[in-house]
Amino acid sequence: MIRLTVNGTSHDVEVPSYRTLLDCLRYDLGLTGSKEGCGVGVCGACTVLLDGKMISSCIALAAFADGREVTTIEGLAEDERLHPVQQAFIDFGGFQCGICTPGQVVAAKALLDTNPNPSEAEIREWMLGNLCRCTGYYKIVESIRAAAQARP
Amino acid sequence: MNAFDYRAPRSLDEALAILQEYGDEAKAIAGGTALVTMLRQRLLRPACLVSLREVPGCDRVEATNGAVRLGALVTHRDAELAPLLRERLPVLAETFRRVGTIRIRHMGTVGGALAHADPNQDPPVTLLALGARVEIRQSGGRRELPLAELFRGYYETALEPGEVITAVSVPLLPPASGASFIKFLPRTVDDYATVAVAATVTLESDGERCREARIGLGSVGMTPLRSPSAEAQLAGQRLDESLLRAAGDAARADVDPLSDHRGSAAYKREMTAVMVVRALTQAWEAARRAVRGVR
Repeated sequence: MIRLTVNGTSHDVEVPSYRTLLDCLRYDLGLTGSKEGCGVGVCGACTVLLDGKMISSCIALAAFADGREVTTIEGLAEDERLHPVQQAFIDFGGFQCGICTPGQVVAAKALLDTNPNPSEAEIREWMLGNLCRCTGYYKIVESIRAAAQARP
Repeated sequence: MNAFDYRAPRSLDEALAILQEYGDEAKAIAGGTALVTMLRQRLLRPACLVSLREVPGCDRVEATNGAVRLGALVTHRDAELAPLLRERLPVLAETFRRVGTIRIRHMGTVGGALAHADPNQDPPVTLLALGARVEIRQSGGRRELPLAELFRGYYETALEPGEVITAVSVPLLPPASGASFIKFLPRTVDDYATVAVAATVTLESDGERCREARIGLGSVGMTPLRSPSAEAQLAGQRLDESLLRAAGDAARADVDPLSDHRGSAAYKREMTAVMVVRALTQAWEAARRAVRGVR
């Protein structure tokens, strides 16, 4: 049994020892926003925040989150109001097919949490672990810059 | 993945006791980036995973006698950003910055990476050139090893069942020294290197003659390694370009790369020579700046 807080809500979950955090989120808690792409920590589709730090949930065990706080894409909007990063991705076309988008958005939020006004080089370094097979990178960078400017 | 017992002890002593109890059936886990991937691929089937994630006290970067000591649970990201490391051993902070992506660096730990002993990793290359030592604990015992003696083979270390790395201690460079790290990777920047080279050059006080040069190499053998042949070319000599080229040529003899999608063995051997020259050139220039009192 592990107890983790996901997007502000505490959950007690019975998981086998080998459960990854990603599978726990998707199958035990029904939070299917985080995706499995590569399954080896490279592509970034499964990006979530563990105690505020972005990690690959596909190569983290669910047990790592015991007693910790997890933030997923589902936790970014406040009621009907989208997070500034989400709004900017819509306004600036920061996605095409959308499979990588939850990971992109969570990573971008983590960037702006630590560095509210990043340079383009800082955005690119931070985001280089989030792959987009539609190669919509210019629009993603543009969206993040816009989100940084939109934040109060 | 196969099932295993998962234990998350709250003290190092407790962790060591569990590791001893399970012997070679147990694996210590910290960041998990390497181990969980190997478990998912069913390359490993431990009976027990002993998490060190809740063990306090092993996540500090601190100054010790003439060295910087990195606790085993310091993440790559924390090492990269640690003010103490950036000030005293910037080449090592920069090396940590070159590992994978920020997301992976948030997870992977300094000690875990050494215990994993993947010959393609970056930090061991610079740590070898800097003459780092690892601190190892087991239930009721401790020992220290030069890092070079930790690596025994492809993903093989000198760690016995029940032992864990608790810290790595990295001596500061002597005066009149310079250091460099080059990660040559023709594919994406988050990839493993085709060849990685770290070099240190320490000059005599005249600023001309080389007292000692050390070269660490990654991705070109069964383990991260030093290049004794290249180093021998330089010790006690007055450095110039042709001598550095001779050292690069000599380094070829010390490597035994595998062909893979990052390059053929022959290509990696050639690139070793090229990158050793470049790394030495940078370290030499930094050492000359140090002699002149310029940082």
